Amino acid sequence: MNDVYVVAIGLAGVIAAILGGALPVSSRVGAAVALTWVSCAAALGAAVTVLSSDHAITISTTAILPLTGVTMTLDPLGAIFVIPISIVAMASTLYWLGYAGHGLSSRSASSAMPLFVTSMLLVPFAASVATFLVLWEMMALTSLVLVLTDQSRREAARSAAQWYAVMTHAGAAAILLALVLLSAHAGGQTFSDIEAHARHLSGAVRGTVFVLALLGFGSKAGAVPLHVWLPKAHAEAPGPASALMSGAMVNLGIYGIVLVGYRLLGGGPVWWWLLVSVLGVMSALYGALYAATSSDLKRLLAYSTSDNMGLILIALGASGLFGASGHPTTAAIAMVAALLLMVNHSVFKGALFLAAGAVQVATGTRDLDRLGGLMRRMPVTGIVFLVGALSVAVLPPFNGFIGEWLLLQGLLHGLPTSNTSVVISISVAVATLALTGGLTVAAFVKATGIGFLGRPRSDEATAAHEVAITMRVGAGALAALCLVLGLVPMLVLPAIERAAASTGQVHATSVTNGWVSLHLLGLRGVLAPSLLAAGLASAALVVIVIRRIAHRRRNAWPAVNPVEPWGSGRKLQTARMQYTATSFGEPLLRVFDDVIRPSRDLDVSHLVESRYYIERIAYRTSNDDVIERQFYRPFIAGVRWWGQRARWLQNGSVRRYLAYGFVALVIVLVAVT
Amino acid sequence: MTQVLVAVVQVFAVAVGGPLLLGLMRKVRSRLEGRDGAPIHQPLLDVRKLFAKQRMRPRESSWVFGAAPVVLVATVVAVAAVSPLATTHPPLGQSSDFFAVVFVLLLGSVVLALGALDTGTAFGGMGSSRSMTIGALCEPALLVAILAMAISARTSNLPALARVGLAHPAVIASPTRILALSSFLVVILAESGRLPVDNPSTHLELTMIHEAMVLEYSGADLGLIIVGESMRLVFLLGLLVNLLVPWGVAERPGVLFFCVGLFSLGAKVAVAGVMIAIFEVFTAKMRLFRLPELLAGGFVLALLGAVTAVVAR
Amino acid sequence: MTFRLLLQTVLHPTSVVKDVGEAPTSQHPPVSLHGSLQVRHVDAGSCNGCELEVTSAFAPVYDAERFGVRLVASPRHADALLVTGPVTKNMVDPLRKTMQAMPEPRLVISLGDCAHDCGVFKGAYGVEGSVSDVVKVDVHIAGCPPHPEAIVEALRNLTGR
Repeated sequence: MNDVYVVAIGLAGVIAAILGGALPVSSRVGAAVALTWVSCAAALGAAVTVLSSDHAITISTTAILPLTGVTMTLDPLGAIFVIPISIVAMASTLYWLGYAGHGLSSRSASSAMPLFVTSMLLVPFAASVATFLVLWEMMALTSLVLVLTDQSRREAARSAAQWYAVMTHAGAAAILLALVLLSAHAGGQTFSDIEAHARHLSGAVRGTVFVLALLGFGSKAGAVPLHVWLPKAHAEAPGPASALMSGAMVNLGIYGIVLVGYRLLGGGPVWWWLLVSVLGVMSALYGALYAATSSDLKRLLAYSTSDNMGLILIALGASGLFGASGHPTTAAIAMVAALLLMVNHSVFKGALFLAAGAVQVATGTRDLDRLGGLMRRMPVTGIVFLVGALSVAVLPPFNGFIGEWLLLQGLLHGLPTSNTSVVISISVAVATLALTGGLTVAAFVKATGIGFLGRPRSDEATAAHEVAITMRVGAGALAALCLVLGLVPMLVLPAIERAAASTGQVHATSVTNGWVSLHLLGLRGVLAPSLLAAGLASAALVVIVIRRIAHRRRNAWPAVNPVEPWGSGRKLQTARMQYTATSFGEPLLRVFDDVIRPSRDLDVSHLVESRYYIERIAYRTSNDDVIERQFYRPFIAGVRWWGQRARWLQNGSVRRYLAYGFVALVIVLVAVT
Repeated sequence: MTQVLVAVVQVFAVAVGGPLLLGLMRKVRSRLEGRDGAPIHQPLLDVRKLFAKQRMRPRESSWVFGAAPVVLVATVVAVAAVSPLATTHPPLGQSSDFFAVVFVLLLGSVVLALGALDTGTAFGGMGSSRSMTIGALCEPALLVAILAMAISARTSNLPALARVGLAHPAVIASPTRILALSSFLVVILAESGRLPVDNPSTHLELTMIHEAMVLEYSGADLGLIIVGESMRLVFLLGLLVNLLVPWGVAERPGVLFFCVGLFSLGAKVAVAGVMIAIFEVFTAKMRLFRLPELLAGGFVLALLGAVTAVVAR
Repeated sequence: MTFRLLLQTVLHPTSVVKDVGEAPTSQHPPVSLHGSLQVRHVDAGSCNGCELEVTSAFAPVYDAERFGVRLVASPRHADALLVTGPVTKNMVDPLRKTMQAMPEPRLVISLGDCAHDCGVFKGAYGVEGSVSDVVKVDVHIAGCPPHPEAIVEALRNLTGR
């Protein structure tokens, strides 16, 4: 019976892709969306079954993939990753129905999107190396097709797709190496074979495998310094695709790390988790900093994804460190925090990207410096973005706060330990959490305030109007879920605990107790999110009533009078006199000048007649990614130099090429014998 | 029922105490400037008058502009009700977490910054940009300071932190708590917009941080903001003094203990306010771009507190 | 400064502050302000003589803050607009805008002879007119420049203290 779920997911996805490619324009998106929904529903069904019954779903066949066959198993750990992916996919595909008219209804996009969703849903099911790699590659290729949707009109989309293609395949190569090493030593390529053999592996092999997997999966998750593709690809991809990439695909990077670290290798020494924490700290700080100083809306969201993935890596690293140094309670809390952060991130980042896509559709631009006044013109999108922004800034009563609180509690109770490396890394982790929290708040106040509030800064923003109903419902559903999960996190916490327990490294500790408050069992820490929200709401109600009563006594003039804003009495007040996103982030940019090293260009041209009179001033500032500029570009330049040096090898002579082939064959034969 | 009453009385005390503290601090500054100054209850009169005045909103603002003062006051009311101000057993005490309190107050600041951006003027943007920058740099110090105190008390529950000081007076004099509370004081000065971070009585828009955010508010909205900001200062100072000098706080239920607790809270906060006002008279406002140094100093204090907390256990 | 000196300064007002009479009881202020008046000052073109007197009125000797008056930065926070000087041609619109930016109930106080009837600047090429030619004036304080005591008395009539 349970096999039906898996077959349904795959079959519905494939049929959706075929219909998406074959049907005419008017019906292809609708059919693809409907069948994708079937696929997602089946995935949810499978995940819920696994989590509630604690039995894994297994299916294997020798068909479909030659030589290796397909093996699929869904255990609670995979299930907890499937759930947010299917929820975000359902919302994004519903949104796609309304977005399709704006350039996402081509045959390639309509067949790539369902395949993308299906491959993401099936990756947590994969239980053999071949299945995993095939699904991973399918996910990468279909998302690449989606990023390339607009490439004929925009150079930036082409360049983004190039970077994405190269880096995702470099990551896939690292993952391939790691998994192949494991299966070579285990003698079989199913995950159960590998798990059984894991304890016989030497420390060096385990270490190499873990580092390779961390690099490959970390790159997919957007960990710094392997993140450079993320701001480009997520910003250039169309609305629903970027929501899926940031809200669902990056989770699979985390899934990979947990899979290899805990399930396949069965846990490891302290230095593994120190490395994970270091990557996490770097990602969190770097991502938050760039988000706070970015003025492109989707780039800001993409860097924020990197930041949140860093936080999840910090939580995972902390969990591993606590587990390796003998503190199972705090290890469990940290693991639960990591998974909860992951679920929350999917929901709010999905909502944010869908809202950003709506803004792009309505105004034609992603540049915050040209937006503004959208809350009045696009009220639903504005509220969705506001809810998403408050969630990502970890403010109560939304869901981001719960995950952050759990992580803080885990770090707090785990800090007093005798292991020096743990103490130092956890202290750094707490400071990082705090600084990134502050920077994220600044980034999202900027994005919401400059993008949606105030007066519109350009004609496009003035002419904006609300988007189609399906787009609003898709984005709104995710925003509503942010609030629901913030009020009642107990909806997902038992499932998360079961998933954490199934990693085998943490005991099933109970973090939940009833529907009203969260208790940390074994430690002193209580949080009552719904009571908090109720308190805030009732206080707000009381204040509003007091404000109303104060007005009842005076009715000579209207209660609230819309007037010209106060600008020191100057004659002309234009919308361009407001702060822009660039000016908003400028103080932070100045504080972190040494890290970001923005380039500034000031061009002053004088009047021909006299040098004392200035005709024109042009100011250009850019803060492109410093890691890309300092490391990747010189590396690419070096590779290009090397390639040009090696040109003499290709002189066009067929005899030369035959000689190369002969020499290579001789070398291989000698090596094999 | 008594819990509800305790909550209401605490909130009312903070709500009335806020403008009174503001008036007291202005009075002390005036006296040190050589003049008599307005009476201590003047801000209460100001707020009463403001509630009777017309409310204006900028033509192109959205609902966020009007919602910001409400949310600001609501956040402080919500945390004042459940915090150990007059008693170490406030209502809903076991879910009153220090981290939760800090993030709820941060919600208030964020919504105020959004309201300022909604005005569509350059001043609003300037105020929120500077305010968010300072907030971003304050958060590390604040969270690490809370962490330091929470490590030594083995919990981040606020009433528990207050009770531990009463039960073991040696904890109050411990380096952890002193360092953490010094850092907390720096953060309070920064977040409430007092000197040396921000001059609350400046008229020069280019030197404003917090004041620039509220230039556009009038009437009841402005009244709510004044009350909300002063309540926040009273609340934070109340937490600070209850963690530093907890004697006088009600430890057992009973009307008499509670009244003594309220009175001692008022006295301690008044003393703290007077000391801050005297400090302000002798300090100049720091340049905006020198503030990261000050806040980094606060962070270092907090970090030292955390290190001593870990070492001591 | 020693601690004792500090405490003494805070607790006892200095003797520089002038003695004041009783609160005005027979005056009927144009609007009821409950003892609190926030004033926004606008210089519409004065010679700054009146500004010096306003500064004096709020300084330690005359100390208008005792009576609930405070200078504020934004007209949105203000109840009364204190205008000094004749209104120059450039300041006509800003003055009107500042007045309109104040929420009701609001007042305009014109300070000095120049504000009342252009004073010595009557007929000058840069002057548009007196303050009452541009906005409706509710209270006038005469003098060139007015004595700080007159300023404080006018403000006390408004706050009723």
